[in-house]
Amino acid sequence: MTFLNFLIGGISLGSIYAIIALGYTMVYGIAKMLNFAHGDVIMVGAYICFYAISRFSLPPLVGVLLAMFVCTVLGMVVERLAYKPLRAAPSLAVLITAIGVSYFLQNAALLLWSSNPKVFPSVVGTGKVALFGGELTITHVTIVTIVSCVVIMLALTWFTGKTKMGKAMRACSEDKGAAQLMGINVNATISMTFAIGSGLAAIAGVLLCSAYPTLVPTTGSMPGIKAFTAAVFGGIGSIPGALLGGLLLGVIEIFAKAYISTQLSDAIVFAVLIVVLLVKPAGLLGKQIREKV
Amino acid sequence: MMKKKFMSLMLVMAMVLSLAACGAKKEEAPASDAPASTPAAESGSAFKLGGTGPLTGGAAIYGTAAKNGATIAVDEINAMGGIQFDLKYEDDTHDAEKAVNAYNALKDWDMQISLGSVTSKPCEATAAETYADRIFALTPSASSTAVTEGKDNMFQMCFMDPNQGSASAQYIADKALATKVAVIWKNDDVYSKGIHDTFTAKANELGLEIVSDTTFADGNDTDFSVQLSGAQTNGADLVFLPMYYQPASLIFAQASSMNYAPKWFGVDGMDGILTMEGFDPALAEGVMLLTPFNADSTDERTASFVKAYQERFNEVPNQFAADAYDCVYAYKQALEAAGCTPDMSASDLCDKMVEQFTSMSFDGLTGEGMTWDASGAVSKSPKGMVIENGAYVGLD
Repeated sequence: MTFLNFLIGGISLGSIYAIIALGYTMVYGIAKMLNFAHGDVIMVGAYICFYAISRFSLPPLVGVLLAMFVCTVLGMVVERLAYKPLRAAPSLAVLITAIGVSYFLQNAALLLWSSNPKVFPSVVGTGKVALFGGELTITHVTIVTIVSCVVIMLALTWFTGKTKMGKAMRACSEDKGAAQLMGINVNATISMTFAIGSGLAAIAGVLLCSAYPTLVPTTGSMPGIKAFTAAVFGGIGSIPGALLGGLLLGVIEIFAKAYISTQLSDAIVFAVLIVVLLVKPAGLLGKQIREKV
Repeated sequence: MMKKKFMSLMLVMAMVLSLAACGAKKEEAPASDAPASTPAAESGSAFKLGGTGPLTGGAAIYGTAAKNGATIAVDEINAMGGIQFDLKYEDDTHDAEKAVNAYNALKDWDMQISLGSVTSKPCEATAAETYADRIFALTPSASSTAVTEGKDNMFQMCFMDPNQGSASAQYIADKALATKVAVIWKNDDVYSKGIHDTFTAKANELGLEIVSDTTFADGNDTDFSVQLSGAQTNGADLVFLPMYYQPASLIFAQASSMNYAPKWFGVDGMDGILTMEGFDPALAEGVMLLTPFNADSTDERTASFVKAYQERFNEVPNQFAADAYDCVYAYKQALEAAGCTPDMSASDLCDKMVEQFTSMSFDGLTGEGMTWDASGAVSKSPKGMVIENGAYVGLD
């Protein structure tokens, strides 16, 4: 039973990583850039939702929608101001800019909302489902997170595979120049990618804080890095890979804590990551792209 | 195209500048709400007293409390006439590197005596500096042993971590609160580790059984299900939490969702949990902690301090505020006894203060008859407190 309890704990932690990793992988897959500010957009989303629910007593659903709206706009503004001017620059420059944006958002949050930690009211309640006469419990937050992960993953797969916009995105990801020659508006497409990625970040932020309810301006940064790891683990750019990577990372982390050592859990997680990348350099579900010369 | 590029460059500049402007505003703000630092500011007439602490960032509640407490003490003392202080606090965001920068800023301001840093990690860094520069430092609340170790001019107003750990174990054993104890601690934090080490040593000595000993660190401080179920399956009746209140609040919430309700025992870092916005005080019901300061005390000086603090800052002071308040008064007593004047150099003051602090006895809000030994550690007795109906109540 304790094994199953740990498994459930791992899955609930992993589902949070997965939902953040989906946003990372989506932006990387299309725009080919690591948006390190993703974790901080998550934090902004959580704050918007927090204020909507506890200060203005709006219903949770409205809070979530408002957070998604604000984050979508924020994502597009950041892309327009900080990343678009660097479209032709080397990818390292964009990476550094992303780190800069991340610090900007954190410090802006510090000024706007102060550093005092806030306790986030769970948007899905604190209820739980008890199985086997109460020996196993699964919180509603976990169930909602896993369901949202799967729904988002399916929706993104469908969107990038079947819709016109999605096809345009994939075209941009393969070759920006050629896509432009085919009449695709590359800038609008990338902007759209950021809008979607940031909207997803808002959902991730709300679910992250519902599961682990303290909210500070650095709330998003550590889970953001773990989720980035999860995305690499699953194969960055691959949407199902993000889900798989997130879940595995969560489960490994909890098992390492439970059965090996609480002190070494992070070291073990990253050791597993290194082994996986040695065997499969593109990640679990990543595609090996052969450069044609 | 050029124009567009120019526009976006301008917008980026605007973004950066607005942040810089906000930053500047923040810098000025403390000066305006701390009139203490202005009236006596004529150079040479007041002792320049400086300190660093987290005024922003995750540990800001401690830094602001200490700064507020010290400000009240300085204002009271300046109003009395006699010794005058000029107080300046710099922000270190609970970061050792920033603390050294903040310390250098204070040195440029010609600080004569120091309040060290508020939290342990930064204070270890600034203590090395004050030691090298021969500036006397008395920290209100940085409690790790490394802060004072090997430094003759670094003193503490709070308990040292080892004392907190062993005092907690002693208290639990004396009151027969539990026989099986679990400890959850933060292994990348000297504060938490220091308390943990002495707690477990003392607990073994006293026959308390430690049934579960688990850790977390900065990167994985959100999920505590493993640590809690470890404590639960090993049958711990009491869980000892040597940590700050932020992770503790998550632990309480997760334990409650697991239907696990042991006795909780915290340390001074637990102070502040009740003022977290949105925190459900029911989760902390029955949490015990050792703290040297009780804001509900009927003692006259404490009552008037609490009243002044509430009027000015709209909250009940925690022990960090009281420690800082005591620090300033301890300085007043020592400076008067040594007959120091504000025109003395920092290193002369340093020698006098070392002499005074190792020989004097001081009565403050956080203890009667406090004395210091040559290592810089204070000796005073802690009070046991318990959280009942969302407020601290004395245990004894």
